[in-house]
Amino acid sequence: MLTEEQAGEVKPEPAPPTTDRRLLRRQRRSRWDVKLSPYLYISPFFILFGLVGLYPLLYTGWLSLHDWDRLYYQQGEFSGLENFRFVLNDPVFIKSLVNTFSIFLMSSVPQVIVAVCVAALLDTHLRGRTFWRMSVLVPFVVAPAAAVLIFGSVFADKSGLVNAVIDGLGLEPIRWHVDRWWSHFAIASMVNWRWTGYNALIFLAAMQAVPRDLYESASLDGAGRIRQFWSVTLPMIRPTMIFVIVTSTIGGLQIFTEPRLFDDTPNREGGADHQFMTTTLYIYVKGIEDQFYGRASAAAWILFLIIVGIALLNFAITRLLTRRSGS
Amino acid sequence: MSNTPLPRIRRTFAAGAITTLVVTLAAACGGNDDPTKSAEQESLEEGESLTITTFGEFGYDALIEEWNAANPEIQVEQTKVSLWDDWKNELNTKLQAGSGLPDIVAVEGDFMPALVAAPDRWVDLSQDEVEGRWLDFKEAAATTEDGALLGYATDAGPEAICYRADLFEEAGLPSDREEVAALMTTWEDYFALGEEFVKNSDAYWYDASGSVAQAMLNQVEYPFEEADNTVNLDNEGLANVYETVSRYSESLSPQVPQWSDDWTANFNDGKVATVPCPGWMRSNIRDNTGDPAPKGVVWDIADVFPGGGGNWGGSYLTIPKTSPHQTEALEFITWITAPEQQAKIFQLTGNFPSQVDALADPTVTGATDEYFNDAPAGEIFSNRAEAITVQPYHGPLYSDILGKFQDAINRVDQGTDPQKSWDTFTQEVAALQ
Repeated sequence: MLTEEQAGEVKPEPAPPTTDRRLLRRQRRSRWDVKLSPYLYISPFFILFGLVGLYPLLYTGWLSLHDWDRLYYQQGEFSGLENFRFVLNDPVFIKSLVNTFSIFLMSSVPQVIVAVCVAALLDTHLRGRTFWRMSVLVPFVVAPAAAVLIFGSVFADKSGLVNAVIDGLGLEPIRWHVDRWWSHFAIASMVNWRWTGYNALIFLAAMQAVPRDLYESASLDGAGRIRQFWSVTLPMIRPTMIFVIVTSTIGGLQIFTEPRLFDDTPNREGGADHQFMTTTLYIYVKGIEDQFYGRASAAAWILFLIIVGIALLNFAITRLLTRRSGS
Repeated sequence: MSNTPLPRIRRTFAAGAITTLVVTLAAACGGNDDPTKSAEQESLEEGESLTITTFGEFGYDALIEEWNAANPEIQVEQTKVSLWDDWKNELNTKLQAGSGLPDIVAVEGDFMPALVAAPDRWVDLSQDEVEGRWLDFKEAAATTEDGALLGYATDAGPEAICYRADLFEEAGLPSDREEVAALMTTWEDYFALGEEFVKNSDAYWYDASGSVAQAMLNQVEYPFEEADNTVNLDNEGLANVYETVSRYSESLSPQVPQWSDDWTANFNDGKVATVPCPGWMRSNIRDNTGDPAPKGVVWDIADVFPGGGGNWGGSYLTIPKTSPHQTEALEFITWITAPEQQAKIFQLTGNFPSQVDALADPTVTGATDEYFNDAPAGEIFSNRAEAITVQPYHGPLYSDILGKFQDAINRVDQGTDPQKSWDTFTQEVAALQ
């Protein structure tokens, strides 16, 4: 049963008599409602984003222009771009950038390739399909800290499983925590172990959405399974591919837990020589450990700009590729 | 649904919910009280506990139980963090945030100078009852220029040498604790004995390069900072420590970072022959080697420390001004750092007391350590405390620089050229200023 007022709102009179002010007001309110409500409904996201996303971002920018009083945990005086100058001239920061890109390449590239292959295998008529599909997601459920504990002992320098195998083959054991590139490899394997299955499931969902008659006509034309994969599956899942590449790029440039916990020196600054310190770890060390919030903020902004730059590059390359395939 | 407006009640509710959300979030984000002003004091509610966070092993479990049984109105709840370095980061973060600190904060002795240099956030704990309770140097390290006492000392770390008597015997060295003591009164003797030892043994002479470096550093009067707190790394004492430790890295050290998993494993594998040994180190040795000791393993303590005495570590209990229960917290720490309690802890974990009266307590002086071949631990560590002649000066950056110094030594252990590693070290220390 509708009350008089609600009924009035649902069905506004086409031309209200000018004498009935009450009705006019109600009508106006109803118009606002239609106009404003949608914005109100989506506003929680933007309010939340403003509070936990935009505000910290801007505040970090503000901090990066100031000195920091370490002893008193207080913001110091305005120092212009001094923090940026310091960070860009800090050899440790440059080292951390190189490490970040090295770990990113060692993780994201194989990750996407393997994920596509796994998805393609899961897309076939396997027995116990759900079981296999769920299994690839299991590593994702394991907390990163727990995963690092497992991998830490697998890749331990003196008593690790991998080194035991290498030793058994009669080769020189690898110093996983010491040697720069090998430590990147160890960290990248943790990242890959965790994310490959997750990405494979996203690819699988995309592959299932590919119309089956495309495959049918392809096989009528005499295309084998591999040719079908290259000429039908891959082009059809391109949008998903872009999504996965972009998200794994962003994730890959922000690796933190793995190098932090993989470290066995008490300072945990990415190895004694910072051989596997990533840029996010650099930000943490500068801010939380060394208590230089200005410098940490400057480094955070530089990383932010780098990520934005790479995202734009991704976007440009993708547009180029889609346009070419469209023609 | 798109054009159908919500009924008024629901609409009002939605608007209210959003407002609440925004207000709550805004409140959560900002508006800290000033952490240098004392928090409003409240009495402990039913079911509410006084909180204390310690690191490593303070040996407080049984004592807190005892206190809780005797003081039903002030229940104490302890949180233990395993490593000081981890707790230091968390502590810094919480100091930064100005909230989230427990009522009582345990602080490593090396970090105390940073507190003393910026005392506004900490409660002045001086009171008649505790006057003269501690060894002078312990109290001085927690006292500000204005005479405020910011921390109650728990233990001190006079160093002796712990050694594996069975490995000594196998390598053809004397293993009796008096004979061993006579062989390592200077660092030269200690390293020379080590070189002789490793010729006839698979074990490493000491547990970690960093551990010996820190032990030697504890005999340098101005390790990193001058009396006016300016950083000075270009001094003879520091150079000597660094050069010596680098020189013996290859031959005598296992080349693993102290406190790492490989370091821990070496004890259990019987790879460690000697350890620079403050009282509290004994519980680490015991835990890492395994209790009861594996067959044939005999740890012992020699009443000696190369180059004279040295103090390594020893912690403090402090009360941040953010605590709403300062009276109760003060009452508790006055009790738990009292000589009687600290004497009990000495028996339990080996943490050597820093309280004058506890040092004369027969339960301390007469204590023996069963795990260490029944060595007269009380007597040995009392002697070691008396042998301390140098109190190294620690400025506010000491703890931070020490961390970088340990990294420098770890780099040498990992094969970096000592000069190159030293350059990185000076660079990193410059970045701290």
